[in-house]
Amino acid sequence: MPDPTGVGRLPAVFMTPGTSSFADFLSVAAPDLLPGARGSLPAPVTDAAHGTTIVAVTFPGGVIMAGDRRATQGHMIAQRDVEKVHHADEFSCVGYAGTAGVGAELIRLFQVELEHYEKIEGSTLSLDAKANRLAFMVKGNLPMAMQGLAVIPLFAGFDTETGQGRIFSYDIAAAKSEERTYESIGSGSVFARGSLKKRFRSNHTADDAVRISIEALYDAADDDSATGGPDLIRKLYPIVASVTADGYRRLTDDEVAPVVESIIADRAQNSGG
Amino acid sequence: MTMPFGYASPEQQVRDKSEYARKGIARGRSVVVLTYVDGILFVAENPSTTLHKISEMYDRVGFAAVGKYNEFENLRTAGIRIMDTRGYMYDRRDVTSRALANAYAQTLGAIFTESIKPYEVEIVVAEVGHSATEDQIYRLTYDGSIADERGFIAIGGQSEQVMTSLREHHVEGQPLSAALRVAVDALTAGAPPGSPPNGERTLTAANLEVAMLDRTRTRRMFKRIVGSQLDGLLTETAPAAS
Repeated sequence: MPDPTGVGRLPAVFMTPGTSSFADFLSVAAPDLLPGARGSLPAPVTDAAHGTTIVAVTFPGGVIMAGDRRATQGHMIAQRDVEKVHHADEFSCVGYAGTAGVGAELIRLFQVELEHYEKIEGSTLSLDAKANRLAFMVKGNLPMAMQGLAVIPLFAGFDTETGQGRIFSYDIAAAKSEERTYESIGSGSVFARGSLKKRFRSNHTADDAVRISIEALYDAADDDSATGGPDLIRKLYPIVASVTADGYRRLTDDEVAPVVESIIADRAQNSGG
Repeated sequence: MTMPFGYASPEQQVRDKSEYARKGIARGRSVVVLTYVDGILFVAENPSTTLHKISEMYDRVGFAAVGKYNEFENLRTAGIRIMDTRGYMYDRRDVTSRALANAYAQTLGAIFTESIKPYEVEIVVAEVGHSATEDQIYRLTYDGSIADERGFIAIGGQSEQVMTSLREHHVEGQPLSAALRVAVDALTAGAPPGSPPNGERTLTAANLEVAMLDRTRTRRMFKRIVGSQLDGLLTETAPAAS
């Protein structure tokens, strides 16, 4: 960044007190680094890589988020091992569906935003505030979304004040809505939501929530070509994260694999049509 | 050559500013930064639990300061902004304490020469390495001077007495509880003028701010030591009552 004073001290924007938001700071100090800064595109982009289905399921004491591993580019599979569910901070996680490049950048900015606030203020944002910050970032991407680079996040976390797992979803215009039970986004979300609707129980355990999340992804992959099913040959399983009072934890492949195998074994008995 | 009215030579100006800054810093309590077996320990004498003198900067980097609160808080915020911006532009691994120390040195240097009033602060920027030999500790003073320290450093009011004690008792590769005891004893030795004579002034968990950069942690290595953990570490090495 150029130094306007020209005498080798930090530019004034760094030393100005006020904001604890990294996104707000960047918008002044280096606006070109923000996810929306792609300029005006000559024509809508239609061939960028896309990420697909994400599900989130609450259970008493926390929330599970899971995502498939496929990225598509038109009719082609662009990548088999994409990670679309990420750590947001100690008590929350975030996933995305839509343009992969924009989604990954949005999540990176969101992660820094939460950590930045925490370091400057010495305390963490409330879960609602985190959800609102994410809405603000989705809003910033609206011009890009209109040109074909749409991305939608799904946010879930453990509310340390109420002791509950909570889910927030967004639309392209950044309208935020809270889901009490489960939610799914992406091209396979219609099928995933149908699957969850039949299997969700309000008093189920974390293990049940993991299982029905993976079942929902399986159902999405079954009917949506852009969602990838579990790849047993390459040992690529869905990414599954849990957030509870103990914080964020990504389940290891060794934990996910038995659940996937058991679902496949059950489906071999009863394919559901 | 006739001197304009109110002229002061550059030497005189620098001397005056230095004296002013030193006086301001000497009024405050000291902060100790020292290595232990798994990383770097920060210990400050600070009765406030909310107005911090020690802070997390980035995954491996911590910050400690003494002097005027609004001035070092300004630098601390600027430092977090620099580091988060660099980590976002490049990669988390490319964020180094050296870059931060350089930015502070240049900023403090510029403020010292250009402003009528220099910043009355002293700062330590420390980075925990993958092994003890890669640990880095930088000390920055009010005029932008920078020094690369090995093992331990004290800043603030009575830093000379504190340093004497540290030189005597600091051991490379000491466990966490031993390092904390060395730091607390050193801070006790640096009694501010007007406080009860040595031996009668005891530092307890209530007036200590303690944090560590622990290389055994994953990603964010900065952690505050508070509550029962701090009490436990302090009693573990408490000198036997005589």
